[in-house]
Amino acid sequence: MKNKTKNGIGLHIVKRDAIPWYKAMGIRGLALLISIAVCAIVTWALTRQSPLGVMQTIFLGSFASTRRFWVMMQDLSVLLLISLAMAPAFRMRFWNIGGEGQVMIGCLATAACMINFGKSLPNGLVILISLIAAVCAGGIWGLVPAVCKAKWNTNETLFTLMMNYVAIQLCAYFIIIWESPKGSGKVGIINQKSHAGWLPTIGKYKYLLTVIVAAAITVFIFCYMNYSKHGYELAVVGESQKTAKYVGISVGKVIVRTMVLSGAICGLTGFMLVAGSDHTITTTLASGRGFTAVLVAWMAKFNPFGMIFTSFLLTFMSKGAGEVASNFNLNESFSDILTSIIIFFLIGCEFFIQYRIVRQKEAK
Amino acid sequence: MFNFDIFFQSAVKQSIPLLLGSTGETLTEKSGNLNLGIPGIMYVGAISGVIGSFFYENHLNAAEAAINPFLGICIPLLCSLLGSLLMGLLYCFLTVNLRANQNVTGLAMTTFGVGFGNFFGGSLIKLTGSSVPSISLRETSKCFQKTLPFADRMGVVGTMFFSYGFLAYAAIVIAICAAFFLRKTRLGLQLRAVGENPGTADAAGINVSRYKYAATCIGSMIAGLGGLYYVMDYASGVWSNNAFGDRGWLAIALVIFTVWKPDFSILASILFGGLYILYLYIPTGTNMAIKEIYKMFPYLVTIAVLIIMSVRNRKENQPPAALGLPYFREDR
Repeated sequence: MKNKTKNGIGLHIVKRDAIPWYKAMGIRGLALLISIAVCAIVTWALTRQSPLGVMQTIFLGSFASTRRFWVMMQDLSVLLLISLAMAPAFRMRFWNIGGEGQVMIGCLATAACMINFGKSLPNGLVILISLIAAVCAGGIWGLVPAVCKAKWNTNETLFTLMMNYVAIQLCAYFIIIWESPKGSGKVGIINQKSHAGWLPTIGKYKYLLTVIVAAAITVFIFCYMNYSKHGYELAVVGESQKTAKYVGISVGKVIVRTMVLSGAICGLTGFMLVAGSDHTITTTLASGRGFTAVLVAWMAKFNPFGMIFTSFLLTFMSKGAGEVASNFNLNESFSDILTSIIIFFLIGCEFFIQYRIVRQKEAK
Repeated sequence: MFNFDIFFQSAVKQSIPLLLGSTGETLTEKSGNLNLGIPGIMYVGAISGVIGSFFYENHLNAAEAAINPFLGICIPLLCSLLGSLLMGLLYCFLTVNLRANQNVTGLAMTTFGVGFGNFFGGSLIKLTGSSVPSISLRETSKCFQKTLPFADRMGVVGTMFFSYGFLAYAAIVIAICAAFFLRKTRLGLQLRAVGENPGTADAAGINVSRYKYAATCIGSMIAGLGGLYYVMDYASGVWSNNAFGDRGWLAIALVIFTVWKPDFSILASILFGGLYILYLYIPTGTNMAIKEIYKMFPYLVTIAVLIIMSVRNRKENQPPAALGLPYFREDR
């Protein structure tokens, strides 16, 4: 591709063969710095505060108190868990954007078990049943699009997208059935007195368990994708389905298996949300994190440890922007604007990692 | 008592944002770009129009002048088109020039667009230091809601077919034009070629990037109008955050439901609009919960269509073959 400029100097895009990791990281770091500068300018334009003061406010959003720190860690862990669920499917080039629905259905299953068995069964058993139910529900939500994809090559992006709303409406239906007090439109805290089905808190840290689960799943997904036969197979399917068929990998089986895993981890996340931290269910419990997770996984290039950083970055920025917004009586959606500016830069900079622009003299 | 004409009217009013969104998305997808940013773009289209007319109405209040209907329509319309055009350009720049992944870019655009809409919707008054309590653009909205003068006198027919603002008719005209463009014109054929097989199109001398840019930007502008219609006509000029809801995703569902045919989308969008509000009309007695199940219908129907289409596997009903795939001439 040759774009000739007016002065006759052609710009030429060349694909890089390989790029040393420090150079790739340098490009990403530069993009991150530019994006933060743009965020600072946007914030300055809206609040007329000195960028340094704004930076401080953003920092305080996550680190002002231990409570804030733990809330940030909780949000980070949830986002990380969903992103980890997405990663194997994306490596396989299966565009699962139904994370939102898979999490919600996990929440619903957990809440159902807590409400129905909370009074009759012992606490440990309720937790076990809700865990199994949530993982199965998430798995089924991943299974259905995967089977259709494997059998009839149904477009998975659109299918999983629609499944989100089916799950959300199902939740809305059960929320009205379970609402307490009647007519409030809310479920309220489930088993508030008996704490049946509530996950135990470790020490006085309410959110520590979610963090530990997220860390364990990170290691699991890393090993699964890099050191297991399954992980190898799904990478081959992602690179080329023809090659996979040729070497005797059953493509359909890999697709279904990976998506069930993906959905199951989302279901687990839903379980952690309802049984672990929120103890209630609302239709906005996943609050768009199913979609944000796609971005987190993509920006980290599906590396589970990279995802820790990207999910930290997004959580940190959104907490910080929320703090800026509340300080200036602005709308909290301010954080969406800042995080998406960073995302735009980070997904744009991948181009400069894969390609380089060469200036060439007027040829012939 | 169930009045079909009133039900039909509400269904049509619900359908117009969906119709505009799906027409825009169909054009975009025909060029091979799966723009999942449409929900965000519709928000941006809506809020840009709101910002434009907010300033205009404030200026009027300050000058104590009456609204000029021409300006009252043109200012929000142009702002809305400009806002959604910028979003379309951003999407194209990232996916066509920088070759970023389309799904990821689209989702980021939706996050951005919805955040942008809610942020300015919630902070506009504070930012401009205005004294009004909430964003309520009644005057502008009256211009948008103006119906044909004889609509009231025609009884049922008037209610069903002539009781809408001009954007509703514009939406139908745009959908018919888009269908004609895609099916009958040379440019439309070339656009479809780009979406089906950009390599072949490129070899035939079609400028792939230019077609992708044009289709996506025009598609975004059409979708943005859907947002504008919603806030100015349907919501009577009152902006409330998240009121637009999931209509953007529903518009994408509609694209599949109509198998990429904008003219079919006119009827299908009314059907979807009907399904969207059906729960208000079905007698449920004390069972409020079942309404939430009815709201699921549009999505279930779309899933069913998606599966049936892929099972039957008929050539003319498939998504554009290169949908969602980037195109680099060097990679062929």
